[in-house]
Amino acid sequence: MMTRKKRRMWILLLCALGLGSATALTLTAFQDNLVFFRSPSDIMAERPGPDRAFRLGGLVEAGSVEREPAVSGQRPTVRFRVTDGAHAIAVTYQGVLPDLFREGQGVVTMGRLGVDGTFRASEVLARHDETYMPPEVADALKRSGHWNPAEGAAPPPATWNTMDPARPAAAGRTGS
Amino acid sequence: MDARPLSPPAGPTPSGAPRNDPPATAGGARSLHRFANPGRFLRLTDALMPWLWAAAILVTGIGAAWALFLSPADWQQGETVRIMHVHVPMAWLAMGGYTGLGILSIMSLIWRHPLADLTARELSPVGAAVTALCLATGSLWGKPMWGTWWVWDARLTSVLVLFFLWLGHAALVRAFDDMERGARAGAILALVGLVNVPIVKFSVDWWNTLHQPASVTRIDAPGMHVDLLYPLLVNALGFSLLFGAVVLARTRSAVMERRVRALQTARARRAEAA
Repeated sequence: MMTRKKRRMWILLLCALGLGSATALTLTAFQDNLVFFRSPSDIMAERPGPDRAFRLGGLVEAGSVEREPAVSGQRPTVRFRVTDGAHAIAVTYQGVLPDLFREGQGVVTMGRLGVDGTFRASEVLARHDETYMPPEVADALKRSGHWNPAEGAAPPPATWNTMDPARPAAAGRTGS
Repeated sequence: MDARPLSPPAGPTPSGAPRNDPPATAGGARSLHRFANPGRFLRLTDALMPWLWAAAILVTGIGAAWALFLSPADWQQGETVRIMHVHVPMAWLAMGGYTGLGILSIMSLIWRHPLADLTARELSPVGAAVTALCLATGSLWGKPMWGTWWVWDARLTSVLVLFFLWLGHAALVRAFDDMERGARAGAILALVGLVNVPIVKFSVDWWNTLHQPASVTRIDAPGMHVDLLYPLLVNALGFSLLFGAVVLARTRSAVMERRVRALQTARARRAEAA
């Protein structure tokens, strides 16, 4: 009775080991194909041809957004730069941007890289980061100079995630 | 095989399966089979069910009021952030429930635990439902925030695979006339699918995805203000209680159904013999 149960346990363990390593190997082999987007540094290292569509992701560089005046009957054109801190790539896009689009926000754009080095996007998606906070807390962090959302990610959450939104200024000072 | 240890002791068991009768020799097996006794399971859960339902309704009620009226909006997502209070608990339940299905399947394959088979059978449709809710609420949230209903990134795709695994398990265990064979096949499928759970969890760290990384289970501190985090945790507890209550209620009625069927079989057999 015991031996039979033990044997079943061992068979199960061996199967788990085999399946686990097979999955790990497969995922490692497909590593490059599983990325949803490529960063500007990836593009600089290995420039795709002008006829290849791919996704470029990163943060919208602070101060880089230029909106062209909309021509009637046409969708508005916007120019901005996508950066990962090390490199930046210029992007043009004609169409409606998601609500979350702003300087410092993560974006994932689909399109092709022109010969002039400008990325012509056919789609722009906003990529939200993992921070959530009430507007009062965000305002307090901005006012106290701890965070400029256009420059990038929020400060470490331990400094603000228990801040009192009713008295944000006082909490902000002690939290710094 | 329907009337395995779940049948009342009356009458000879059909298609005798001696290896399934739990004489409970070793210590570990004895303690496990104590809970495999369906009579004890029914008695224990009979006392538990009203409290579980009451707690589930109370906590989800508090969670809903907190999430809808008392918690603040997000500084950039605005009111849309309230979808999180359904989406995130459903995602946790989809993964946690599937891990539970894996544990039940191990119990089923190694110890031939009949109550584990029944619970797994009753668990998977509920698991499929919460995973579908996770996908639906995520889609409704993705459109206004990201600008798209769906993308094929590693997180979204692996959760879709999780949904198909739940559906596949629910269908497979019901596809056999012999319930025990169905349970065996379902347990193997569930265990093979278990490799997908860490893939769902770590997809956002291993590969770049449109979906953001985890907020609550970060190494340093939750990337979420407590005014949003606490109602989320209350909702997670409430939905977990509700999930547990639904699964237990389904398992209880499955045990009782099985008893009725066993009694009917025994009566028919007696009538035949007479």
